[in-house]
Amino acid sequence: MELLSGADMLIRSLQDQGIEYIYGYPGGAALHIYDALFRQDKVKHILVRHEQAAVHMADGYARATGEPGTVLVTSGPGATNTITGIATAFMDSIPMVVLCGQVASTLIGEDAFQETDMMGVSRPVVKHNLSVRHPSEIPEIIRKAYYIASTGRPGPVVVDIPKDMTAPNERFEYAYPKKVKLRSYNPAVRGHAGQIKKAVDMMLAARRPIIYAGGGVILGKASGLLTDLVRKLEFPITNTLMGIGCYPSSDPQYVGWLGMHGTYEANMAMHHSDLILAVGARFDDRVTNATEKFCPGARIIHIDIDPASISKTVDADVPIVGPVDAVLKEMLALVKESKEKPDAEALASWWKQIDEWRAFHGMRYETSPDVIKPQEVVEMLSRLTNGDAFVTSDVGQHQMFAAQYYKFDKPNRWINSGGLGTMGFGLPAAMGVKLTHPDDEVLCITGEGSIQMNIQELSTCNQYDLPVKIINLNNQALGMVKQWQDMNYESRHSHSYMDSLPDFMMLAEAYGHVGIRIDKKEDLEPKLREALAMKDRLVFVDIQVDRVEHVYPMQVARGSMKDMWLSKTERV
Amino acid sequence: MNMRRIISVLLENEPGALSRVVGLFSQRNYNIETLTVAPTEDETLSRLTVTTSGSDRVIEQITKQLNKLVEVVKLVDLTEGPHIEREMMLIKLKATGAQRAEIKRTVDIFRGQIVDVTSSVYTVQLAGASDKLDGFLQAVGTSGVLEVVRSGVSGIARGEKVLSL
Repeated sequence: MELLSGADMLIRSLQDQGIEYIYGYPGGAALHIYDALFRQDKVKHILVRHEQAAVHMADGYARATGEPGTVLVTSGPGATNTITGIATAFMDSIPMVVLCGQVASTLIGEDAFQETDMMGVSRPVVKHNLSVRHPSEIPEIIRKAYYIASTGRPGPVVVDIPKDMTAPNERFEYAYPKKVKLRSYNPAVRGHAGQIKKAVDMMLAARRPIIYAGGGVILGKASGLLTDLVRKLEFPITNTLMGIGCYPSSDPQYVGWLGMHGTYEANMAMHHSDLILAVGARFDDRVTNATEKFCPGARIIHIDIDPASISKTVDADVPIVGPVDAVLKEMLALVKESKEKPDAEALASWWKQIDEWRAFHGMRYETSPDVIKPQEVVEMLSRLTNGDAFVTSDVGQHQMFAAQYYKFDKPNRWINSGGLGTMGFGLPAAMGVKLTHPDDEVLCITGEGSIQMNIQELSTCNQYDLPVKIINLNNQALGMVKQWQDMNYESRHSHSYMDSLPDFMMLAEAYGHVGIRIDKKEDLEPKLREALAMKDRLVFVDIQVDRVEHVYPMQVARGSMKDMWLSKTERV
Repeated sequence: MNMRRIISVLLENEPGALSRVVGLFSQRNYNIETLTVAPTEDETLSRLTVTTSGSDRVIEQITKQLNKLVEVVKLVDLTEGPHIEREMMLIKLKATGAQRAEIKRTVDIFRGQIVDVTSSVYTVQLAGASDKLDGFLQAVGTSGVLEVVRSGVSGIARGEKVLSL
């Protein structure tokens, strides 16, 4: 057997795990590892400008591909800078392994230079964390880390590696474990057959059914099965912000996404339904509004790989713990072989009602002859890219507009921080996507507030030639904060605007990229086309949009699903 | 309605495992009333007992969230079935004059033992369900109590049910 140092074993383990890219930033405690990285060329390292961005890059990669991302940082500030990124991945169940250097084991607890208790600091925001106590454990720990990160309900796993574990002068026998088994960790591999049967019977007997799908469908690679089931049943389908793309948005059975800024028809259909089939969704507070008023007439079937997601905020009548793909497959088979059919008449009248809701509102906004509306920018981008781009976003109004007006027909295309709501996510996430999808269009739809939270990554884009398109919906304000201040604080705009914005064109150019500014409505389409035509350049498109626009629909706080503002003046 | 529960957990005997359990309770705003933990006959496992209270939904979440921790091997809510609950208490009482005989009688009634004696202090050992220990403290009154140490609750199911690998 081969003898390798801890650092070489770590890098070899990554190779054997099939890891092509890692994102990171070197420092004292990680130097043995960085030296091992230098002496090989299979694992490629992307040097970011801030560790938070490394995590978001790994995250963007993971969301676009479904494969775990990998991060490498040093101890202390290197490690703590990853926390926001790790928490972002944790909230959205994104598979990821974060390798952190640590001071030598002999120094731990002595407040050594760049020492932080990363095991303790990361504990509340990881699926699991592991600490290396002997160099010979490294291959097994790495194997375990990827296994835990990517199975069951996925999530980030941190590996804490004291510097002496990677010392170059001590060598150990290397073998990468083929299998890993943990007696205390056994995620469900299929759902309970009896529960699935019961659920299908309820579905076939429903009169006003709706399917409510979440990010779990995308993570569980079950979009195809879900689509087949929805079409077979002819039920309406809505999905969460995280589930966008799990069902084609251009399909007539799709009623749009639901919740705080969801469509009128999706929220109305949920509220009035008699049966909800929840698939890989977690009844988040941004979806349910006040839980005690949530869908009063509905019985709920809830499929989730994580038992703790079931009956957490809203009680499920039929809980089904299992991977969504396996459960949907069984459901589809039962529906196909069942002699019972959904009541055609009841379903027709349900669809008639839904179509009336659609006709009453649908997605709309007021256009203006001279002011550029943020919604129309997104609509135009959707048209110019045939709805086929990878779109990342930051957090705020632009995120909602992007989710509402870009027409996604495929999963893994819409990439946003839905759970944690992390500003600064969009650009590095887009970079992570572009690196592994060089021929695809990758848009980062952002705002002038969010983009400045990781703007330093323009430098990384230059170094690694990552020609993403940054679409800056610039309203010169922290739009969502301002909207809430308009609605709840009598328009007292406390610290929600910035009056010293940089010249984004010059900034982009300073980093070696192209900057385009759009402030006239007639320039919007030609200049967007010009930006998109520059395939091999990063283009920063700074668009001056309406400064007072709000995002609608918006659910009324503490109301039911059906209580919404449809514009600044219409409330239903 | 908030019910008191005794949750018994088999945990991998690894550094940091206990902090995950304790962290989970504070992170999710659950309540810990007592907590005991020690290795079992299998040195790779620890047995942890936690008493808590909450609505049925909260208790269900606590057990599910505990089960989600990678180092939790198995757990049981002992209060769901017949079970034996024990807590141990060491208590120092002021024992002078006429009190000495009175305390001795109370200790006997509660089937405790006086395990250390000085001219003015009795140290008493008492084991039982938590409410029995509460009852003893009430019986001797607060004025004479110098120091109390309680172990927290340990529990085990009655009959043939076992919590093991």
